Amino acid sequence: MTGSSDVVAFACLLAGAALCLTAGLGLVRFPDVLSRMHAGTKPQVLGVLLVMVGGAIRLDGWTNVWMLLLVAAFQLLTAPVSAHLISRVAYRRRHVRRDLLLVDEYGGPGRQDARYHGDEPGDAPPEQPAPQPS
Amino acid sequence: MSVEPAATRLRHQGPLVVWLVLVWMLLWGTWSWANLLSGLLVALAVLTLLPLPHVVGGTRVRPVPLLAFLGHFVLDLFSSGAEVAWQALRPGGVRRTAIVRVRLRADSDLLLTMVAEATSLVPGSLVLDLDREQRVMTLHLLPVRDLEDVERKKAHVLVVERRLVRAFGSTADVAALEADRRDEVPTS
Repeated sequence: MTGSSDVVAFACLLAGAALCLTAGLGLVRFPDVLSRMHAGTKPQVLGVLLVMVGGAIRLDGWTNVWMLLLVAAFQLLTAPVSAHLISRVAYRRRHVRRDLLLVDEYGGPGRQDARYHGDEPGDAPPEQPAPQPS
Repeated sequence: MSVEPAATRLRHQGPLVVWLVLVWMLLWGTWSWANLLSGLLVALAVLTLLPLPHVVGGTRVRPVPLLAFLGHFVLDLFSSGAEVAWQALRPGGVRRTAIVRVRLRADSDLLLTMVAEATSLVPGSLVLDLDREQRVMTLHLLPVRDLEDVERKKAHVLVVERRLVRAFGSTADVAALEADRRDEVPTS
C-alpha cells in the first residue's frame, strides 16, 4: 500500500460517510415524504458508492472487490425503486406539502385518495369515491 | 407461457441466466469451473421456480453512446448528490418543490424502466408515476427556484432519455427519437 492510494481511499471513505450523514439529516429536515425520498436516494447512493470505492482501494484481494461491486450495483438498482414506491403511496395518501409546490401537473381526481389521509388503520377498507355533495 | 418452444424461451431468458451466473461468481469472488457450473444450476433453478415475464424488444448495445451515457451519469450522480446534500444542510431548508409530467418518446418496457431508474438518480427528480400507455412520467422535483428552472429540469429528463435510447434503443427507437427534437432547446 503506497501513501497516495491510502490518501485517496481515506478521502473516498470520508466523503462517502459525510454524504450518508447528509442523507440522514435530509430525512429529518426535509418537509414531506417526497422530499425525504430525494435524500434517501441521491446522497445516500453516492455515499455508498464512495465508501465502496474507498474500501476497494484499501482492501486486499479481488474477492472483496467483487462483493463491493455487487453492493454498488444493487444499491443503484434498488434505491430508485423503493423510493418510487414509497413516494407513490405517500402521494396517494396526501402526505404532500402542497404549499411548497411551485407546479403540480399531476393533481386531479383519481390521483389521490379523496378521504384517506394516511392515518387510517392498516386494515381499513379500500377507498371509496368521496360522497358527492348534493 | 408453457407452450412456447424451448429455443425461443432460451433466447429470451439468456441474458437473465448470464446475469444470475455473473452475480453468483461475483459472490464467490473466484473464478472456477465448479463455480460456473453451480451458478448455472442455481440460475436455471431460479428461472424455473420463479418465472419472470420476458423482456422483449430489439434492444442492442452501442458501446460509444453507452460510454457517453455512463460518463454523464456519473457526473450527474455527483452533482445531484452534492445538490441534495446542500439542500439538507442549508440553514433555510427546502423552500420550493414541484410535480411535473414529462411525455417520453421511448416505447419499450426496458427503455422506460431504464429512464425511470436513471432520472431517479440524476439531479432533482424522483419518479412518482409512469403511465406506460401514454408514456408519461410524473416526477417530483426537489430544488426548484422558479418556473424557468422547472422547464430546464424537464428538458434535462428528455436529454437523459436521448442518451439512454442512443445507447440501448433499437433502430426504430432511435428513429422515433430523431423525429421529435423537443429537447434540442438550449439547456445551458
